[in-house]
Amino acid sequence: MEQSLIHQIGDQMYQALVNRTTIAPLTTTYPEITIEDAYQISLRMLENRLAAGEKIIGKKIGVTSKAVMNLLGVYQPDFGFMTDAMRFDGEMPISKTLIQPKAEGELAFILKKNLSGPGVTNADVLAATEAVVPCFEVVDSRIENWKIKIQDTVADNASCGLFTINESAAIDPRKLDLATVGMVVEKNGRVISTGAGAAALASPVNCVAWLANTLGKFGITLNAGDVILSGSLVPLEPVVPGDVMTVRVGGVGNCTINFS
Amino acid sequence: MNTTLDQATIEKLAEHVENAELERREILKITDDYPNMTFMDATKIQWEIRKRKLARGDKLVGLKMGLTSWAKIAQMGVEKPCYGFLMDYFSEADGGKIDFDSYIHPKVEAEIAFVTNKDLRGRDLTIEDVLDATELVVPAVEIIDSRYKDFKFDLISVMADNSSSRGFVVGSHCAGPRDFDWSTLGVVMEKNGEIVELGAGAAVLDHPAASVAMLADMLADVDEYIPAGTFVMTGGITAAVLMERGDSINVRYQGLGSVGMKFV
Repeated sequence: MEQSLIHQIGDQMYQALVNRTTIAPLTTTYPEITIEDAYQISLRMLENRLAAGEKIIGKKIGVTSKAVMNLLGVYQPDFGFMTDAMRFDGEMPISKTLIQPKAEGELAFILKKNLSGPGVTNADVLAATEAVVPCFEVVDSRIENWKIKIQDTVADNASCGLFTINESAAIDPRKLDLATVGMVVEKNGRVISTGAGAAALASPVNCVAWLANTLGKFGITLNAGDVILSGSLVPLEPVVPGDVMTVRVGGVGNCTINFS
Repeated sequence: MNTTLDQATIEKLAEHVENAELERREILKITDDYPNMTFMDATKIQWEIRKRKLARGDKLVGLKMGLTSWAKIAQMGVEKPCYGFLMDYFSEADGGKIDFDSYIHPKVEAEIAFVTNKDLRGRDLTIEDVLDATELVVPAVEIIDSRYKDFKFDLISVMADNSSSRGFVVGSHCAGPRDFDWSTLGVVMEKNGEIVELGAGAAVLDHPAASVAMLADMLADVDEYIPAGTFVMTGGITAAVLMERGDSINVRYQGLGSVGMKFV
């Protein structure tokens, strides 16, 4: 894709985000679009957000579970950027900010050291991790009816929406087996799904290493202080205002969010 | 609870279903021939099978719950859990080789098991009551082996068939009843080195101890209870995975090591 088209689409995606509208799948409008094009579009969309005053506070990995990989027919993850405008704790105003939100339970890593790929190993990830916290990511799509292929979600900042973490449940990674850690998600008081760390690329530590190494190719570092969302451990759950969801993480703690 | 079968029919069906297990062959589900039989009829058939085994000199070594997870209930299309008993010859070694030919069509599922230290009796037991009566908790893998062709059954048929019981493997790393929150304990199952199933304890009736309480409740239907010292398997956290000869299974439990076996 020409640079000018990438900018045009990136700007269009940003307008869709701000106006809470959807657009046709990019893979329908531009059948030739590559994953590389899509990353460039997402970076253009991000430029718009930063120009509007948002600050990057973290990164995310997406497409880490077998279920989502099968859905998209793509067997590699993708990435996105998290800004300060995306974080809400306690109450999340989805009716004012999101289009077609779905919640997923995750673990988030809070870093105390920079991680610059390539060459980042799982040992580097563990040594750079200040704490692991329970997290809900609420993903959303600017693509109509979530009709996404991998290029569509990559261009859309990995279908980012909002997120919440419970920092009071932060735990040192030395106290946890991140591959077997269990997760239970409750919606309005009922258990709706369970999972374990291995649901995301066999271990959330693999996910953070992949993210550091992949972003390294773009000259981007995972920074000390960043919140890294390491991928869903459970199926995605559509949410509407009024829903209350709790994620319980074995040996860690809980995170609850009220959707308004 | 009402019954429709006379004692002679119960004994006949117990022999029919048990022989299928002993001879390792599939049969059609018994409700095909007895469409009006009830859950209590099925319960009586199961207890008759238990009596037959005890009379033969086999030792009772535990109890199990089955169809306790939302995953299993969806997989099998049944409406509520069931229970069964475990005999000494069901026990397989942790890390050991399992004779594939001693089963019909084995499936494995990851579970959490309790060993009790007080009698558990009655209908209104809570999770706390169960934990108060628990000596230890241990990871375990159940090897189910329904005698019904292609695992096609209904709740009544499976109850009569000792809830598909045939084997189990107990892990080597136990814990006290309050060392972990059993509802959030994570479990990851690998088959031949690849992750195939995972979940957390709450997949079993929201808490594995709730499954023990439900067992006591179901036993009360026949004026029975869970005696102190009983090993109770609480039901699969994961869906059941079909085994073939040569398959290896390794299940990792959060904080409780792993349980492994190979079918040869």
